[in-house]
Amino acid sequence: MKVLVAVKRVVDYKVQIRVKSDNSGVETQNVKMSVNPPDENAIEEAVKLKEQGIASETIAVSIGDEKSQDVLRTSMAMGIDKSILVKTQNTLEPLAVAKTLMKLIEKEKPDLVLMGKQAIDDDSNQTGQILSALLKWPQGCFISNLKIEGNKVSISREIDEGIENLETSLPAVLTCDLRLNTPRFASLPNIMKAKKKPLDIIDIDSLGIDTTPRIKTLKVIEPPKRKAGVMVSDVKELVKKLKYEAKVI
Amino acid sequence: MAVLVIAEHDNSNLKSSTLNTITAAKKLSDDIHLFILGSNIDELVNKSKDIHLLSKVIKCDNEKLKNFLPELSAPLISNLAENYSHILAPASTFGKNLLPRVSALLDITQISDIIDIVSNDTFVRPIYAGNAISQVQTNQKINLLTIRPTSFEKSEDSGGNASIEEIPFVDTDLKTIFINREVSKSDRPELGNARIVVSGGRGLENSDNFKLLYELADKLNAAVGASRAAVDSGYIGNEYQVGQTGKMVAPELYIAVGISGAIQHLAGMKESKVIVAINKDLEAPIFNVADYGLSSDLFQAIPEIIKELDLLNQIES
Repeated sequence: MKVLVAVKRVVDYKVQIRVKSDNSGVETQNVKMSVNPPDENAIEEAVKLKEQGIASETIAVSIGDEKSQDVLRTSMAMGIDKSILVKTQNTLEPLAVAKTLMKLIEKEKPDLVLMGKQAIDDDSNQTGQILSALLKWPQGCFISNLKIEGNKVSISREIDEGIENLETSLPAVLTCDLRLNTPRFASLPNIMKAKKKPLDIIDIDSLGIDTTPRIKTLKVIEPPKRKAGVMVSDVKELVKKLKYEAKVI
Repeated sequence: MAVLVIAEHDNSNLKSSTLNTITAAKKLSDDIHLFILGSNIDELVNKSKDIHLLSKVIKCDNEKLKNFLPELSAPLISNLAENYSHILAPASTFGKNLLPRVSALLDITQISDIIDIVSNDTFVRPIYAGNAISQVQTNQKINLLTIRPTSFEKSEDSGGNASIEEIPFVDTDLKTIFINREVSKSDRPELGNARIVVSGGRGLENSDNFKLLYELADKLNAAVGASRAAVDSGYIGNEYQVGQTGKMVAPELYIAVGISGAIQHLAGMKESKVIVAINKDLEAPIFNVADYGLSSDLFQAIPEIIKELDLLNQIES
């Protein structure tokens, strides 16, 4: 069984982002970039499937500029076998990302596609669902548990009310919750080894898909700041303030 | 043109997120239709037609729709799409799971998690866990939107008299089987919808100590929430997680207990009207967003608060 993992390069989750002064977007130059956190869970799960002998090959795919090679090297240092960068200078909307992945899936013919449930930059939470619908493969979103036996796929999904358990079959598209597993750190020898693993670069124009944005960003602004609060000295004062000043209890 | 709202429900009752989404729809059109897909939903449909802002309730009732599998619902929605300028669903796990499939079927880019509607084609949504706010515009012929429930008031659920239309179920070949849903039963208010939320973090140290928080929550008739750190440490289930990858809440009062305030957590609660932070560590970033901060050991502070609340209740009664 072959597993394809989609990986996005995003501003590191620990970085306090800055809105550009011309309000055109968020500053991404000279900022630490990393693998989108839930995509790391997808990588970890793919590598685990390989280690368990369930997957025979694992491929990571990223869509972005030249620099996105670094998240693919990270993926391979974590244990992914090979990777593909679809090169573009543009920011793609989820629909265009899904169409791009679909082209690669037609070529690579994976049995399972894994990716994070959302990217922490645009927080859209759409690509996996769109891809599943385009491929007409079963969808499993926000999964926190996965078991594959032969063709049978058992998943647990994190939903607002608790957990939903589903059974489906390969091929399938699954999006990963942070609770699925604990991504491993790449060891130094594995980082060295990853440098020799194959990384193909293809130009997005060669895929013949329309990736024209349908949505225009008019402006990006800072969120309204909360006004500074006060420190209270003890519980009595706190309860009093909540009761008589804020009037919320 | 009319606007379509996709109902989130449990086959008996609408989730309050549906009422929030109807309020958002009102900003787009006076002709609002509610689409209820489910199983044995006659009673639910009858109740829903009383919702003040609705002109029509469309139902699709079939045993197969009982568990809301998005593969079955999405085509039924996209089949109706051409009659509408906008299709809205709540940005809950229900809506997130479903609406992108409609996006794929219609070849229209969806706009996720809208917190404000500027005009019929211009919307506001948070990005980077709410650390930036983006205003976007689209000229697609149908607008697909998920709505953040906490950003819109609930619409009145009475006083209306919508017409009812039934559409036939069309089956989709699907290999997925629904097994079950593990729902934690609680008498407390629903987290996404509660007037007061009491949330615990790693400072609680273990699941046993969360009982302290439950006691406080019950005194205040509050919902219980948690930080990702507390959830990952196994103190409490993930359905209680507040934050970028958990639930978004905006109660009148949010009490953060033993929560340091990572940006991912703040993303889920900083729209709360009044925020209280109780933490030993004066440097904890949660104090930067708190209206009232108390630097204290929570194991002393919480029992004291409970005592004070009891005193207040005695005085009042």
